[in-house]
Amino acid sequence: MSDPNPNLLLLSEHDSVFVALEAIARGKAYGPDGAVVEVASAVTLGHKVARYPISKGDKVIKYGVSIGSATQDIAAGEHVHVHNLRSDYTATHLLEETAGGVNDA
Amino acid sequence: MLEGFARQDGKKGIRNYVAVAYLVECARHVANEIVLPHRDQGAQVIGFPGCFPNEYAQTMMERLCTHPNIGAVLLVSLGCESFNRFQLEKAIKDSGRPVQSIVIQKSGGTRKSIDLGRRFVGEQVGAMASATRVPMDVSELIIGTVCGGSDGTSGITGNPAVGLAFDRLGAEGAACIFEETGELIGCEHIMAARASTPELAVELEQSVVKAARYYATLGFGSFAAGNAEGGLTTIEEKSMGAYAKSGSAQIRGLIKPGDTPPSGGLFLLDVVPDGEVRYGFPNVNDNAEIVEMAACGAHLTLFVTGRGSVVGNAVSPVIKICANPETYNNLADDMDINAGRILNGTSLSEIGEEIYEQVLSVSSGKQTCSEELGHAEFILTYKIFEPIGPACLPR
Repeated sequence: MSDPNPNLLLLSEHDSVFVALEAIARGKAYGPDGAVVEVASAVTLGHKVARYPISKGDKVIKYGVSIGSATQDIAAGEHVHVHNLRSDYTATHLLEETAGGVNDA
Repeated sequence: MLEGFARQDGKKGIRNYVAVAYLVECARHVANEIVLPHRDQGAQVIGFPGCFPNEYAQTMMERLCTHPNIGAVLLVSLGCESFNRFQLEKAIKDSGRPVQSIVIQKSGGTRKSIDLGRRFVGEQVGAMASATRVPMDVSELIIGTVCGGSDGTSGITGNPAVGLAFDRLGAEGAACIFEETGELIGCEHIMAARASTPELAVELEQSVVKAARYYATLGFGSFAAGNAEGGLTTIEEKSMGAYAKSGSAQIRGLIKPGDTPPSGGLFLLDVVPDGEVRYGFPNVNDNAEIVEMAACGAHLTLFVTGRGSVVGNAVSPVIKICANPETYNNLADDMDINAGRILNGTSLSEIGEEIYEQVLSVSSGKQTCSEELGHAEFILTYKIFEPIGPACLPR
C-alpha cells in the first residue's frame, strides 16, 4: 500500500525542518520520498516540524540556510517555533495570545 | 504592446491620476474633501503630515507629484507649515503637468478652499477622461515588489512566483525593484553573490549590515506578531522567504527612495535611513514601502501576502498575490492572484506566468482588486538619506 499524499514539504535536502502543507493533527504525517514523521502536537499551515532530532545550540536549517539556533533539544516531529528556536540576529516580537499557531484540529 | 499615457517630460504612465497633495496634516481634511466627489474619476490624496522641514520628504513629494501615473497636481497648504511648496510647485510645472496651489489661510478657510480645489480637480479629471492611451513597451515599465502580512506560505508560493515573474519582466527590459533590507537579514551573502560587480556586492552587504544595526538599536526586527502566528519564527527565516521575490537575475544596482532605476533589470531599494537612528522605524508599515517604490518611479506594485493584506496605493496600483490558500478563501475579493494553489499542485511557473500576464493587463488599464474596492493608502514620514555612491550603479 502506498503512503498518503505528502502533507509536509521539504524545501531543501539540507533542511532540518519540514513545513506543514495543511493543518496537521498529532500523529503520523508524510514528507516526500516516503518520509514518515510522528508529529508531537497539532500544527497549522506554514508551521515547521523537526525532520530529525536537533540539539540545543544547533542551527536550524530551512531553505538550506540557517534560520536561527535551537534554544533546547528538539525531538523529530516536534513543532519548531518561538518556544525552541531563536534568531541569531534580532529577537522576535510576539503577541503571546496569537503566537502558538496550534489549533484544535 | 501595452497602452499608457504620455507625459510632457517623456515618461509614460499606466494611470491618469490627479494628485491632491496636502503639505501638512492640518491641510489633510481639505484635501480629502476636495477628492471625495472625484475619487472614482482618478483623484488621489497624497501628502506629508509634518510641519518641520525634511529633505527626504521634499524629494519624495517631488518624485511622487511628477510620477508617470500622475497627470496633474493640486497642492493644499495651510500656509504656515515649513514645507517648501514653491520648490515643489516649480518641479511639477517644469515637468509640464498642470499644477495649482491652494493656501487655506489665504483662501478664506476650509469651505472656500474645498470649493476652489474641487473646481480645479473637476476640470483636470475631465481632461484626463478624454486623454488617449499610447503604445508602451514592457521595457518602459518600472515594477516594485513588497511582501506584507507574511506567513509560512509566503516564502514557498507567492514570493518565488513573483521571483519568476520578475525574472521574465527584467529579461524583457522592465526595471524591477525589490526592497526592505531589514527583511534580507541573514541572506546578505547569497544576495551579494548576485551583484553585477564586486563593488556593488560590498554595497549590497553593507546595506543589510546597516539594517541589522538599525533594527538592533530599535530593539525590534522587521517582524510583526502575525508573522509568528503564521509559522515564521525568526527574522532570518522571514528574510529567506522575502528574498525569493527577487528571482534569480543578476542584481544591477542599489538605489534609495526617490532614485529612478537607470535601466531595465533588477535593483535593490535600500529603505533604511543613513546615519544614527532617528525618527523611528524605517518601515512604519507596508504602505510606506509601496510609497517609496512609487517615488522610484514604480508604475505598479506586486504585493505578496500570507495573512491577508488588503491595501492599495494612491499612486502605484497594487496587485495582491495571496500566498496562503486558506487566506484566499477568506479574502477572495481582495486578492488578484491565488498563489496558494501551488500547495495544491499548481506549478510555480504557472502562477509566475499568471502574475506576468496580470502585470501586462493592469498596465493597460485593468483595475486591480484594491482599486475596485477604493483602496488608496498613502503614508510618508521623516527620514534621512545620504546619496548613493558610484559603486551602487555600475555601468
